[in-house]
Parts: sequence; structure tokens; C-alpha cells
Amino acid sequence: MRRFQFHPCGNFKERYEEELAIFETDFGRLWLCVGLLVLFAVVPLISGPYTLYIFNMIGIAAIAAMGLNILIGFTGQISLGHGAFFGVGAYAGAILATSVGFPFLLAVPAAGLITAMVGMIFGIPSGRLKGLYLTIATLAGQFIIEYVLVHWESLTRGTMGITLPTATIFGIELSSDRSFFYVIYICLICMTLLAVNLVRTKYGRAFIAIRDNDRAAEGMGIPIFRYKLLSFGISSFYAGIAGAIWAFYMISITTEPFTLGLSVEYIAMVIIGGMGSIAGAIYGAIFITGLNEVLRGATDIFMNLGISAGIGLNVAALREFSFGLIIVLFILFEPKGLAEVWRIIRSNFRRWPFSY
Amino acid sequence: MEFFLQLFVNGISIGFLYGLSAMGFVMIFKSSSVLNFAHGELMAAGAFLFLALVTWAKLPIVIAFLVTLVGSFILGFVVERLFLRPLIGEHLIYVIMLTVGLAAMFKGLLLLIFGGNLHTYPAFLPENLAIRIGLIYVPPEYIASFIIGMIFLLLFGLFFKYSSQGIYMRSVADNQTASLSLGVHVRRVFALSWAIAALVAAMSGVVLGIINGINVHEISAIGLKVFPVVILGGLDSIGGAIIGGLIIGLLETFTGGYISPSLRDVVPYGVLVFILLVKPYGLFGLVEIERV
Repeated sequence: MRRFQFHPCGNFKERYEEELAIFETDFGRLWLCVGLLVLFAVVPLISGPYTLYIFNMIGIAAIAAMGLNILIGFTGQISLGHGAFFGVGAYAGAILATSVGFPFLLAVPAAGLITAMVGMIFGIPSGRLKGLYLTIATLAGQFIIEYVLVHWESLTRGTMGITLPTATIFGIELSSDRSFFYVIYICLICMTLLAVNLVRTKYGRAFIAIRDNDRAAEGMGIPIFRYKLLSFGISSFYAGIAGAIWAFYMISITTEPFTLGLSVEYIAMVIIGGMGSIAGAIYGAIFITGLNEVLRGATDIFMNLGISAGIGLNVAALREFSFGLIIVLFILFEPKGLAEVWRIIRSNFRRWPFSY
Repeated sequence: MEFFLQLFVNGISIGFLYGLSAMGFVMIFKSSSVLNFAHGELMAAGAFLFLALVTWAKLPIVIAFLVTLVGSFILGFVVERLFLRPLIGEHLIYVIMLTVGLAAMFKGLLLLIFGGNLHTYPAFLPENLAIRIGLIYVPPEYIASFIIGMIFLLLFGLFFKYSSQGIYMRSVADNQTASLSLGVHVRRVFALSWAIAALVAAMSGVVLGIINGINVHEISAIGLKVFPVVILGGLDSIGGAIIGGLIIGLLETFTGGYISPSLRDVVPYGVLVFILLVKPYGLFGLVEIERV
């Protein structure tokens, strides 16, 4: 029987497998099991519908942000169109469920694949462009997709919106927040596993090489166009899955939410969580969704105070301002995001009482 | 025919505005290679500053305009100092993300102060400024915007050609390392280019406000239209910005007039994708040749 390792003492790696290991010690693995147990067994039982709703929103946002993080953090391609891709996923799921009659379990992956296709189309400019030019191209993608969603009325029913049938899995109706909680988090865990393992494969290594220096990567024989397209496809796949689940969860969807503002929200999640860190996307999703709720609560309180009623405080403005401020502050002071903060805290514990 | 000419006039004047706002954008890009996503918000900031000075402080129009220009010049300086200076030499992603964050911040702040409604300036342009040829009517706002724009274009032309700071800015744009070694204060040039860009942005924001009122959402949407314009004209060409603006403006009004009004907002972005695929450096942009 192998000995359990709980306390690492420095960086004494002797084999490549040790470098590649997800968990350095069994300590992390143990805590992950405890965390998952709490998440699945305790949280749904003790929390009310509102808390569960927030948890679900965090889960969905985390899936989408993880996809964007693969694109921004690992491949170094900035996308300002992730909100629109999320919308494509939501609409693809909704249309498949209503017009074609796909069940939930089939509609969600199919929506992911459709979104991946759309994402790859908007990734085509990456063959010739990079950096800022590509960012602008995705910005154009955002506006074009928004336009198509609103105006292709025969398919998307325009501003009328689509009402989805209740999602069912093997005959079990997913009608409560609690049942969706299980679906969303199981999906999140699968997607996390996929992402974590993806960045350890040759594909992930190629992405990182492209991010760090695309010409050097090309010189080493990485077909960068193919990999960039792949990265766009994967990131849109995540967005599509998240969007489709969101659509089923919301029951009825309209074209309204999928604006540039949503894209900025996802970028904020990636930056705050930590670019180039899979767990970072989850931290970012928790932070931003939590912040949304806090701000909503704060504006409600301000509204009820009566003193500031004349100012006409509105949530959207306050939200936009705080997102902007937080993005700016994180970039200036902790560009690697919460993942880095967490790493520092952890290594401080590990090294205590010696500070270095 | 009248419809065509009226659309043409509208297109030219809107396009001229796009060109003006793109000019400030190009200025920042040329001297510091920063893609400024907060440009629309800088425009909105200038327009609202002017609004506040005119309606709240009740300053005379000319003085309010000058104070707006000075104020936005300072704003540009402060933004560069506080937010962009620490990022000199950082990776491109951080700089772009920072301007995205700044855009959200500015927009939220303006929304908090002024709300999302449409505001209008008190009318101050004399009606006899309008031009009427046959059935074509050019409203005074367009004439005024054209005059203001022309004056600024001329001033910038002279500034870049003859003043020492202007020459420094051109040299930094041309080759940063070489100008550093020749003793150009590159940081000051960066700061100055942000300040001037903010000034130009404010000016175009004010002109835009005169023409169709100011609304935070609308102006920042126009700020995003800068991208098709500069990509078409070339990211680092001031003349290209004006010409790109005219082309995009004409295209927009003609699509709006002849095909469908809802299509007009999305056509520029379609053009943008097309240009990126065909001629990424635009009509007048400098083609970067990369060597390893």
C-alpha cells in the first residue's frame, strides 16, 4: 500500500509524472473529496430556493468562464464575444428543444457543438490576425450574433423569446432549483475535469506555447491556425453548454441578456479569478455572481432609505461601475487574480514559520 | 435623387464625426500601441462635462466649450498617469483588459450621475447657419460640426508638422527605441497623447451631442463604431481615420435608407470582419513585418 502524503517539503520532483500531477499531495485530494461531499450532500439540503438559485447561477457562470479562460488564459486570444456565444448556446438549446423536440440530455451537448461551430467561424480571422486585431474581430462577432438573434425571426422568434419545455432526464422532471443544482454541478465537475486534463495534453501545451510566443510555437512545428481554431471551438463549446443549461433553467429566454455587457462580465470573471487557471474561473464566477447579488441588495437598501430616492440609483449602472473598478484594480495590483491570492495564502501556511 | 443626395449629406456628416472620434483613437494607438476600448466613454465624459457646464453652471457656450476641452485634457492626463503608466511594458492582454475595465467604470459612473435618459443641450446655433440647396437641407448642427472638425484637423496638422512635441510624438510612433535613445521623453509623449486623445474625444462627443443629443448608451455604442472605421482606414493613420469614417458613414446611411434601418448598425461590423480577412492593415495602415 502506498503511503499517503500530506505535507510537501519543497520541490523535489524526480519524475515527469510528478510534475504533471494535479494534486501534489493527498491533502488536496482529501479536501476536494470533503468539499464535493459537502457540496452535494449538505448544501442542497440546508439552503433555500434563493441560495440554491445563486449557487446554480455560479455553476453556470463557472462553466462559461472556464471556456473563456481556455481561450484567453491559455491560448492568449482575447474574445469580446463570449456573451454572444453564450446566447447562441441558449438559443440553440431552446430551438432544439422546441422545434426539433430534443430531450434535455441531447439538446445540451448538441447546443454545445453548434456553438462550437459558430465560435470557430468567428475564430477564422485568427489565421491571419493576432492580438488586438483578433479582439476587434470578436467584438464584431458579438454585434453580428446579437443582430442575427434579434432579426432571424423565423428561427429565434426575435424579441418575443422562446419558452422551453420542462427538462427531463430519464423521465425525472427537473422542475426545482434543487434538481437543477445537481445537474449543473455534475456538469461543472465534468467540464472541469475535461479542462484540467485538456491543458495537460499536447493540445493544452500547444495552446500555452501559442500564448507565450506564437512565432516560436510555429517554428517548433505547431500548426497555430488549427490550434487557435480548436481553442475557439472549445471555448465556445463551454459557452454553448452553459447557455443551453441556462436556457432550460430559466424556462423562457429572450435576446436581451446577451450583450457586450455580458461578455465584459465573463472577462471580469476570468481576470478576477486568474487568467490561465482552471480553478480561477470558478473563483471568478463566485466573486462576480456574489458581487451581483450584493449590489442588488445594496441598491434595494438604498432605495428603501428614501434619502437617495431622488438620485434614481440604478442597479445596472452601479454594477457596471463596480465591474469596471474591480477589473482595473485587479489588473493593477493582482494581475493573476484570486487564484494567485489563494496560492500565496496556501504557500504561506506551508512555509510557516519561515516566511521564505 | 433628392433622397439620394440627402442620404449622401447625412452620410458625409455622420462619417466625418466617426472620423473625428477615430482620430483621437488613432493618436493613442500611434504613440503607445494601446487599443483604447474606453474611447466612446471618453467621448461621453466630454459631452456630459459640457452639458453640466452649460445647464448646471450656466456658463456661456464658448467658455463652456473651452473649459470642457481643458477638463478632458486633464482627464486624459490623469487616466494615463493612474491606470496606464503602471502597465508600460506589460503584456498586451492586460492593457486591453484595462481599457475594457475603464470603459465599464466610466460608463457606470456617467450612468450613476446622469442616468440613462437622453439629454439635450439648449439650442444655441443660429438657424441661418443652415444650407438649403433645392430640396436638400443641411441643418446648422452639421455645418457647425463640420467647421469645428475642420478647425481641429487643421490645428492637429500644424501641431504634428511644426511643434516640437508633435514631432516627438511622430518620432515615438515611428520607432520607440530610437526616439528613446535620441533623448525623447517617451513617457511624457504617452501622457500627452492620452491627453490630446481625450480632448479630441470630448470635442467629438460635444459635436455629437449637438447633433442628436447625448445618451450614455448611444455615445458608447458610437465609441465602438470607431473600430470598423480605424480598421478600414488603418490603425495608425490619421488621414485613414477620416476617410474610413466617411466610408463607414456613407455605407451606414445608404444601408439604412435603401435596405433596412435595422441593418445599419451591424453593417460596419460586417465590413470590419471582411476587411480583417482581406486586408488586415486597412487602406492606409502600416504593414507590420515581423521578424523573429
